[in-house]
Amino acid sequence: MWFRLEPRAQASRRLRTAAPLIALALTLASGTVLFGALGQNPILALHTFFIRPIDSLYGLSELAIKAAPLALCAVGLAIGFRGNVWNIGAEGQLTMGAICGGGLALAFYGAEGPWLLPLMVLAGGLGGMAWGAIPALLKTRFNANEILTSLMLSYVAIQLLGYLVHGPWRDPEGYNFPETRLFGDQALLPVLVEGTRLHGGVVLALIAVGLGWLLLSRSFAGFQIKVVGQAPAAAAYAGYSRRRVVWLSFLIGGGLAGIAGLGEVAGPMGQLNPTVSPGYGFAAIICAFLGRLHPVGVLLASLLLALLFLGGESLQMHLNLPLAITGVFQGLLLFFVLACDVFVRYRVRLGRAAVGLAP
Amino acid sequence: MSPEVETVIAILVATLRAGTPLVFAALGELVTEKSGVLNLGIEGMMLIGAVAGFIATVLTGSPVAGVVFAMLAGTLVSLLFGFLTLTLLTNQVATGLALTIFGIGLSAFVGLGYIGTPIQGLPPLAVPLLGEIPVLGPLVFGHDPLFYLSLALFAAVAWFLARTRAGLVLRAVGESHEAAHAIGYPVIAIRYLAVMFGGAMSGLAGAYLSLVYTPQWTENMTAGRGWIALALVVFATWRPARVLLGAYLFGGITIVGLHIQAAGFEASAHLLAMLPYLATILVLVLISRDTTRIRLNAPAALGKPFHPDA
Amino acid sequence: MTVSKLPLRLFAALSAAVLLAAAGPAAAEPIKVGFVYVSPIGDAGWTYQHELGRRHLEAALGDEVETSYVESVPEGADAERVIREFAAGGYDLVFTTSFGYMNPTIKVAKRFPEVAFEHATGYKRAENVGTYLARFYEGRYLTGLVAGKMTKSNTVGYVAAFPIPEVVRGINAFTIGLRSVNPAGQVKVVWVSSWYDPGKEREAAETLIAQGADVITQHTDSTAPVQAAEEKGVYAIGYHSDMSKYGPTAHLTASTHNWSGHYLASAKAVLDGSWAPQDLWGGIKDGMVELAPFGPAVPAEVRSLVEAKKAEIAAGTLHPFQGPVRDQSGALRVAEGSTLSDPDMLGFDWYVEGVLGKLPK
Repeated sequence: MWFRLEPRAQASRRLRTAAPLIALALTLASGTVLFGALGQNPILALHTFFIRPIDSLYGLSELAIKAAPLALCAVGLAIGFRGNVWNIGAEGQLTMGAICGGGLALAFYGAEGPWLLPLMVLAGGLGGMAWGAIPALLKTRFNANEILTSLMLSYVAIQLLGYLVHGPWRDPEGYNFPETRLFGDQALLPVLVEGTRLHGGVVLALIAVGLGWLLLSRSFAGFQIKVVGQAPAAAAYAGYSRRRVVWLSFLIGGGLAGIAGLGEVAGPMGQLNPTVSPGYGFAAIICAFLGRLHPVGVLLASLLLALLFLGGESLQMHLNLPLAITGVFQGLLLFFVLACDVFVRYRVRLGRAAVGLAP
Repeated sequence: MSPEVETVIAILVATLRAGTPLVFAALGELVTEKSGVLNLGIEGMMLIGAVAGFIATVLTGSPVAGVVFAMLAGTLVSLLFGFLTLTLLTNQVATGLALTIFGIGLSAFVGLGYIGTPIQGLPPLAVPLLGEIPVLGPLVFGHDPLFYLSLALFAAVAWFLARTRAGLVLRAVGESHEAAHAIGYPVIAIRYLAVMFGGAMSGLAGAYLSLVYTPQWTENMTAGRGWIALALVVFATWRPARVLLGAYLFGGITIVGLHIQAAGFEASAHLLAMLPYLATILVLVLISRDTTRIRLNAPAALGKPFHPDA
Repeated sequence: MTVSKLPLRLFAALSAAVLLAAAGPAAAEPIKVGFVYVSPIGDAGWTYQHELGRRHLEAALGDEVETSYVESVPEGADAERVIREFAAGGYDLVFTTSFGYMNPTIKVAKRFPEVAFEHATGYKRAENVGTYLARFYEGRYLTGLVAGKMTKSNTVGYVAAFPIPEVVRGINAFTIGLRSVNPAGQVKVVWVSSWYDPGKEREAAETLIAQGADVITQHTDSTAPVQAAEEKGVYAIGYHSDMSKYGPTAHLTASTHNWSGHYLASAKAVLDGSWAPQDLWGGIKDGMVELAPFGPAVPAEVRSLVEAKKAEIAAGTLHPFQGPVRDQSGALRVAEGSTLSDPDMLGFDWYVEGVLGKLPK
C-alpha cells in the first residue's frame, strides 16, 4: 500500500462534519461519470435523482414518510449495536408489530372508538418487543447467536403475515384476494398536513430519536450499554450485566420496529398486505451505521436512504433509466459514506509504514 | 425399482443439487469468518458471479470459461469489500449489507442485455456403465461436474483448516489478531486472502445457479440463498463437515416439503416455508447450549477491525 | 458490451426525442401514459407482457403519445406515491398492473379526477378508475386439452405461486380441459409461495416429475419449470409468455396475455376524449388471451382440436365452466345447462374434480 492510516488520539471534530460532505462530493463525481457514460446529461440526472423528488412540500412529506420507519428501526438497532448486541431482525419485529397492531384494527372492525388507535400503537410495540424477546431469550438462556436467530425469525414473521393475509384475515368481501379489509377511520393514524400523507408515525419517529438520544447520552442504562459494548471487561468488573443489556437492546429495538410496522399499516397502507415492508428492517441496519450509531446521525441517514429510494423512482419516471442503475448508484454512495468516515478516526499518511506490518 | 424407491432417490438427488450452491457459498464464508472477517455481502457476490459467469459463457460459448469468470468476478467485488473493511477499517456489517445492495444493482445493470439469451449450461457427467447401476448410479455418478467440485473443495477446506500450517495461522488470526500480529503474521494480508477466497466461492455459487441449476440470467435470481449460506456457517458452528450436512439439510427440507405437497397432503405453503428457518433456530439452540463447544469453534475476533497501531 | 449497447440505445432515443421536439409545433400535445410494474421487466412473465403492450402503444401512436414506467414498485406504501407522481406529473392515463395497487389507485384517483386510471386484476372502480383483466382461464382450458392429449402417465404437474382465486381459476379451467379429452387425467399442484424464484420453481417441477407428471405447467413468473421439463425429457406448457426458447422440444404451447390492443384502445379513447371507466374482462375473442405457437411434438390432430375449441370459445358457444362441473368431493357445483357466474369465478376457493390434494386455506 502506498499509504497508511494512523489512528487519531481523538476523533477529528472538523472531519466529523467534513466526511459526509467529501462522500457526497465523491458520489456526485462518480454519478457524473456514470450518467455521462450512459449518454445522459449528468446535471439533469443528478438533479432528477437528488432534487426533483423533494422540490415540493408533497415531496418532502413523502421523504418523511419513507424515512420514519427507517429511523424508528435504526434508532433501536443503534442502541443495541452500541452494546454489541447484533439485532439483524428488525424486519421481522416490524412485521410482527404490523400483525399485532393491524390485527387489533381488524378485531374491532365496526366497533371502533377513539381508544382504538392508542391501543394499536401499544399492541404494535408489544408485538415487536415479543418478537425481539425470542432472540434475547435464546441468547441469554441458550447462548444462541442473535444475528442468526433474529434473522431467521424475520423470515418466519414474513411467512406468518403471508399466511394470515392469504388465509384467516382475508377481506370477507374481497373475493379471496390476499389482503385484509381497509381499517376503519378511527384505526388510522391522523394525517398531519392536508393534501399529503404525512401521518402521526412521523411524529413517533421523531420522539423515538429524542428518547434514544436521552437514553444513550443522559441515562445510566445508556451508559451501561456503552460500557458493555466498548469495554466488556470493565463492565464485568463494574458489575454491569451483559444479560440485562441484551434484553434491553432487544426490547427497545423490537418495540420501536414494531411501532414502525404499525405506522405503515395504520398510516399510508390502511390495511394489511402480504408485503408490509420493502426491507425497512434491513435498510435500517445501514442507517444505524451511516448515522454512526448516534440517534441524530441515524435520523439524517434515514433521510438519506429514503431520498435514495425516491431518487430511483424519479430516474425511472422522468429519464426512463432502468432501476438497476439506481442500485449501482446507491451502492456507490453507501461505500463512499462508509469509507470517508475513516478520516474522522484516522490520519492518512502517504508512503509505506516503517515497520512494514501495516498494509 | 418400485416407485417409492424412485421417489426417495429423486428426493436425495434433488437435495444434493439444491444444497450445492449453499455448500460453495458457505464454505467460502466459513474461511472468511475463520480469519475474523464477517462478510454479509454473499448475496451480492453470488449475483455478480452468476451474471459474470453467464455473460462469459455467452461470449465464449464455454461454460468452463463462465465458471472461471464467475470466480474472478466474485474475487474482484470481495476485494472491494476487503479494501473498505481491512484497509479503510469500515464497519464490516454495514459494508457487507452495502455490498449486497451494490451487487444486486450492478448485476442487474450489467445483465440487462443478456436476459433471455439461451445458453448451453454445464450438462451432467454421463458416466458410462457406472451411471446405470440402480440406486447408486443416479445418486453417485449422475451429477454435474460442479457438484463433484463442491465435494472436492469441501475436502480441501477441511484439510486446510485442520491439517495445514497455513490453516492454523488463518485460525490464529481469526482468534486474536493482536497475538497473531505480535508473533509476526501479516494479519491484514491473510484476511485479504480469506476474503478473496470467500468472494471466489460466492461467485462459484452464483455460477452454479446461472449455468447449471437454472441456466439463464434473470435479475435477483439467487432469491435469498446468500443469506441462507450465511446462516449455515453459524449453524455449522464453523465446521466444514457440518456446513456440508447443513446445506443438504436445508435443501432437503425444501424438497421434502414440495414432495409432501405433490403427494396431496394438505399443507400451507406459508407454514411449510417457515420450516427451514425454525429448524435452524432449533438446531442453533441445541448446539449453542454447550458454551465451551461453540467457543472452541467460533473465531473470537469475528467482525472486529484490526489496526496494527491501535 | 451491454454497458456500451444500452447507452447507445438510450442516447438514440433521447436525441430522437430532442430532434422531434425541435422539428416544429406538433399537431397536438402528446398524451402521457404511465405504467406501474410490480417486478423487473425481464424477458418473460407477467410484467414483460405489460411492457410489450407499452412498446406496442409507443410504436402505434408515435409522437401522439409519451410513455413512462416504474418497475419493481412494492405493493405497500410506496405504490401510492408512484401512482400519484404520475398523476401529478401531468400524465393523462395511468395503468397500475398488479392487484396490490388497487387501493392506492383508488386513493390517488379521488385526488386527480381529471386523470384516467386503469387497474389490472382488481374489482374496485370509480368515476375515473376502470379495471381490466383477461379471461386467462380460456387459455388454460385450451392448454389443458393439449396436456390431456399428450400425457401418457395421466398425471400433469402444476407449479403454482399462491392459492389466490386467479391461480385457482387457472388450475380448475386447465383440469376441466384436461379431463374433457382424458377423463383419467389428474393434476398435481405444488405451491412455491413466491411469484418468482427460479431455483424453487425448478425444484417444484422436478418434484412433480419425480412423482409421475409427464407434462408440467406453471403459474409463476420464471422459465425454470420449462427448463426442468426440457432437461428431464417431459413436456411443458408455459404461462404469461411464449417460453419455447427455454424448452425447444419440451414446450408444447403456452397460455399468453396480450395487452397491446387494450392499451392502444384506451390511449386512443383518452386522445379523442371518449375514455370512460369500464369493467373489462376480455378473452380469446378480444385477442387478450392467446396461445403460443405449438411445439414440434404436438400432432396435427391435437392442433386442429385446440383450434376448433378456440373458435367455439371465441364464438361464445363453449365456456370452460359450463355445467356439469363437480368439485373434488363429486358434488355438483354447476348444473348442466348453466355456467359459473363472473363473481363466482372471481372468488374461486375450491378445486374441481381431478385436482389432487386439498386447496390450502
